[in-house]
Amino acid sequence: MKKPMRMREMIILRVVSMGLIPPIFLFALYVQFHGDFGPGGGFQAGVIFAAGFVLYGIIFGLTAVKRVFPPRAVEVGAALGVLLYGGVGVASINLGGNFLDYNVLNSHSPAHGQHLGILLVELGVGITVTCAMTAIFYYFAGRHTSGPHR
Amino acid sequence: MTEAVLFGILLVMAVAIARMRDLFAAAMLFGIFSLVSASLFTLMDAVDVAFTEAAVGAGISTVLILGTLSLTDRRERQQPLRALPFVVVILTGATLLYGTMDMPAYGDPHAPVHNDLTAEFIQGTESKIHVPNVVTGVLASYRGYDTFGETTVIFAAAVGVMILLGGWRKDEDEAESPS
Repeated sequence: MKKPMRMREMIILRVVSMGLIPPIFLFALYVQFHGDFGPGGGFQAGVIFAAGFVLYGIIFGLTAVKRVFPPRAVEVGAALGVLLYGGVGVASINLGGNFLDYNVLNSHSPAHGQHLGILLVELGVGITVTCAMTAIFYYFAGRHTSGPHR
Repeated sequence: MTEAVLFGILLVMAVAIARMRDLFAAAMLFGIFSLVSASLFTLMDAVDVAFTEAAVGAGISTVLILGTLSLTDRRERQQPLRALPFVVVILTGATLLYGTMDMPAYGDPHAPVHNDLTAEFIQGTESKIHVPNVVTGVLASYRGYDTFGETTVIFAAAVGVMILLGGWRKDEDEAESPS
């Protein structure tokens, strides 16, 4: 079988994806932080953010994307998001409320507490989803390359 | 009308995917299938669900299926047509269709799901949580505990993939390296 041309050698794919990746990340940030006001939230933003890394990895190769977003950071980030989410819950207990009761997060205004709680919790979801999706892609895409892939 | 056309496209595509032997084309059709589903969800005013379907179904899972295809063969092996799976599928489909007969009509305001907490969610998101998007209010605040569980599930999925596909590599490296 003829060996297919490598993706990074195809100039159209490379140029188009280089133009696409920054707007993808920007859109992911918009979805993340605009989730209170419109459709979207941490989960969708995380998937879109991961899609940006996946696109980069498909076009420029796994080694290149791992230099941008190291596997160690991916693993730490996946845990960090869950910890941030749980940490908000623990913080609300420490401030005298129930687990994940955001009202107590701001002593002056429950509404601001709710906003802060939702922001942090959605951020936790976004970080975990970004890292989990990227990790799954790394491990699936790194399977056929023999030898240490880190 | 638009819904009927989209459902028709979904049906045709599902049959095409099931009959297809070229797995690469099937993976691409799966992506389009998700995109059409997302359009349907948008028509039903479920924009958040449509968003998720488009991002996960059409985006990430297509990439993962392609990644899996690069590890296996591109074409499905020809298998003799067997009667039993066909009968099981038809029976399951008929049972599901029978089950939908008891469901309330689409958009019925008196459907049981709207009687209980929906009014509280719609009013409370405005007056207690002060965010305009009811979906975010329910997911992040009213049902924050559930969402915490879902985030943990995603984390667990990533950990599972890490252990299954790459977890032992470090041990091998340590075993190979001279001490």
